[in-house]
Amino acid sequence: MTPGPGQQNGTGQPSGGEPLLSVRGLTIDLPGGAVQPGLVEDVTFDVHRGRAVALIGESGCGKSLTSMAILGLLPAAVRVVAGSVLFDGVDLLTCTRRQLRRVRGGPVGMVFQEPMSSLDPTMTVGDQIAEVRRLHLGERRSVALKRAGELLERVGIPKADKRLRSYPHEMSGGMQQRVMIAAAIACEPKLLIADEPTTALDVTIQAEILELLRDLRRDLDLAVVLVTHDLGVVADFCDDVVVMYAGHIAERTPVDGLFYEPKHPYSSALLSAVPQSGRARTNLTVIKGRVPSAGHFPAGCRFEPRCEHSVDSFCGRPQADTALSDDHRTRCGRVAGGELILKGAVRG
Amino acid sequence: MTTATRRSRPLNVISVIVRRPASAVAVGFVLLLVFLAVAGPLVSPHDPEVQDLGNRFAGLSSTHLLGTDEFGRDVTSRIIQAARIAVTAPLISVGVALLIGLPLGLWAGLRRGVVDAVAGRLADTILSLPALVGALAIVAVLGPGLVNAMLAVGIIFAPGLFRVVRGATLAVAEETFVESAVAIGSSTRRTLWVHILPNIAAPLLVQVTILMGVALLAEASLSFIGLGVQPPDASWGSMLKAAYTNQFDSPFSVVPSGVAMVLTVLAFNTIGDSIRDAVGLRRRT
Amino acid sequence: MSPRMIIRRLGGSLLVLWLVSILTFLLVQLIPGDPAEVIAGENATVAEVARIRTELGLDKPVLEQYFNWFTGVLHGDLGHSLSTNRSVVSTIAEAAPATLVITTMALLVAVVIGVSAGVAAGLTQGSWVDRAVSTLATLGIAMPSFWLAMVLVSLFALTNPWLPATGYVDIREGFGVWLSHVVLPATALGLATAAELARHTRGCVADVLTRPYVRTARARGASGAWLVRKHILRNSAIPVVTVLGLQAGRLFGGVIVVEAVFGISGLGSLAINSVLQRNYPMIQGYVLLSAVIVVLINLIVDLAYGWINPKVRTA
Repeated sequence: MTPGPGQQNGTGQPSGGEPLLSVRGLTIDLPGGAVQPGLVEDVTFDVHRGRAVALIGESGCGKSLTSMAILGLLPAAVRVVAGSVLFDGVDLLTCTRRQLRRVRGGPVGMVFQEPMSSLDPTMTVGDQIAEVRRLHLGERRSVALKRAGELLERVGIPKADKRLRSYPHEMSGGMQQRVMIAAAIACEPKLLIADEPTTALDVTIQAEILELLRDLRRDLDLAVVLVTHDLGVVADFCDDVVVMYAGHIAERTPVDGLFYEPKHPYSSALLSAVPQSGRARTNLTVIKGRVPSAGHFPAGCRFEPRCEHSVDSFCGRPQADTALSDDHRTRCGRVAGGELILKGAVRG
Repeated sequence: MTTATRRSRPLNVISVIVRRPASAVAVGFVLLLVFLAVAGPLVSPHDPEVQDLGNRFAGLSSTHLLGTDEFGRDVTSRIIQAARIAVTAPLISVGVALLIGLPLGLWAGLRRGVVDAVAGRLADTILSLPALVGALAIVAVLGPGLVNAMLAVGIIFAPGLFRVVRGATLAVAEETFVESAVAIGSSTRRTLWVHILPNIAAPLLVQVTILMGVALLAEASLSFIGLGVQPPDASWGSMLKAAYTNQFDSPFSVVPSGVAMVLTVLAFNTIGDSIRDAVGLRRRT
Repeated sequence: MSPRMIIRRLGGSLLVLWLVSILTFLLVQLIPGDPAEVIAGENATVAEVARIRTELGLDKPVLEQYFNWFTGVLHGDLGHSLSTNRSVVSTIAEAAPATLVITTMALLVAVVIGVSAGVAAGLTQGSWVDRAVSTLATLGIAMPSFWLAMVLVSLFALTNPWLPATGYVDIREGFGVWLSHVVLPATALGLATAAELARHTRGCVADVLTRPYVRTARARGASGAWLVRKHILRNSAIPVVTVLGLQAGRLFGGVIVVEAVFGISGLGSLAINSVLQRNYPMIQGYVLLSAVIVVLINLIVDLAYGWINPKVRTA
């Protein structure tokens, strides 16, 4: 039985208090402002304790960059030029390197897309998991390795004691991703950032990994930032959605809002790109045209060239991010002005 | 369209090389060297052979820009005279290496089979010796002397060149346009000349340029130990040998020919690197 | 590496050595004209030529000659020097220590300087350290080691009489004396290799830095010395070790000329004299020894490679 969107996430009520993670006005660019406007511009969203937030959009929309920027892991060629990333009240963009180092792998764990290339090929998986405990808790290698064995067991790898001494290339992709997850949760983080954790895996393995992440979320009361282009995963797993398009946030809403009342033509196009019958995981390439590359963004609404509902006179102008309710925002002026009402997904 | 880009490649490579300051200077330096090799006697300030025993080991002066050597000969003029060997000696070695390595490499890469197996084994065997040891062994057979020494160096270079050519040919031969050319009945010779050679030109050129520098170093080494240039001929290497024996009397004398050699090798290496980068750049885009 | 791979690798090495032995044997056969006459020299009497012909067995069929020679090689008998009539093996054994010591020390110089400079440059891409290392490396590669040797002698032995300009003494005569004789030749020989290694190491470190697993390690809180030691060095070492093998062979060739500069009577000067005197049994011995050393180095490198790279180890 598959629960409907946004229903199953037990701990998913927004707590009234301070958000665990608060990204404010994040803008990412090449050094010297080579790309104007930025690769990622003015991205703002919150993640509350225990909640799961999806960053969704096609490839090249800036969702991965955004997730990397949180822990300061952007590639050398790009950098954050404005904004803040508050985690537990500390701005990770301006704190000392020492503070940042303590956060990475400690209260914030991260899982990447390609487990094969993201694990060090010259280190046993046991050592890679133990590394986190040694770095953060100062545990001795033998102690940390013992704990790594328990973690492997926890993420569902049988014969964990033997597997500790394996190298990444001796494991399947699904196993490797479990190892990545084990290392990410080794210090009982409060937040897990997962950058397309299932994209590189076989479909059946994808489901297993999601299942594992769901269990861990429940057991550890983890908040999650999940980067994905898979609406099925969003429906299954997340509480809130941030829809990104060409470096902007197009729409920000609780999951129900996205599926039943999308407030941006891009969101609605994404929804209609998913076959109605179910949870098929598409690459969302069904929308005509392509995401403009950075530096070639349209001056007005960035989605305008591909939008079914565009009106030249209006959509040629830059669109403001507008609040429709407490938790629902859109960057489409026509929707915000009540001119355009979009259809949600039909309940299947 | 692909044919057009392929044809224009040499021109692009040249333009990339000339546009970079470092490689432009390097090309200029090599051209100067070639000019000196051809027209040396015309621009030489003194007769390089004329001795002036009363004026041995003279320091730098306006008449003798780089001083004089142990026989009072003008060092500048001798450096210019030796430029001829600096150009010709590497050409002999690289020529020999090309003569052996290119046809064998092309054949082995395109046809594989026995030629490939035998030549490959032989190449491995020769490459298992340090280059200078191999060259020494061949000089032992041929006898000392500049031409023999450079022939030996060429033979030692051949296996490396063979491998580069074979590898590049193998890669090109798998491309569709070559396979289709063979399929419509293009002869082996035509396939090699028209389809393969133009496409392996770039890696070959890189290798050849860098080998020019290595060959010059090898010439200098062999001349220094007395197996290369024989007196009265002079190369920068043999001048260094003379400078070495007189190092006590004139410590400066190791500088001019040494610097000339380093600059020349540097020039060849810079050009080689630039071609490599230019080709690599093309591959990426 | 699995035992099977090691055996296969050993088999390959033996095959190469056997082929080298054939080429070495052919050296004498390939001499233009009558080898015996050439070896004996222009002023030799007929009797002398005949003596050399019998001594080298040149009057027998080629295959028989090879068989006799190769049997000797397998029993450690490489014949006698034509100039001193002493056994080739003992002459080589006498000259070898100086050469091997200087080559090994040069390799040490090359690895210490080359790898650390390369790592420093790779970690600080674009900095002045990086630019300085790249410039020096480019220069070092273009510099013939014997010229560098002369410059070093000029600076540290003649202008400033700090170190001996020539000769080699055995370590048994005292560590200090030994070291003072080794420093200059080893540095002169090793610096060009250090330059090559620095360049290569820089490239490897720069490449490793872009790999996702380094980002993962950072995401786990690794940084600074930990990140370099545990992740960057180990991964960069894999390609560097391969180049090290090639360079070690090159050093063994380069030492010939460096020995000449420092007047060290090692294998290099032995080889040069043998070539000048057409002392073929000595040359053959020298070439064979060189091949054995290079093949051994490559074998060690392959084993080290397997030890560093788990993908090979468990394959």
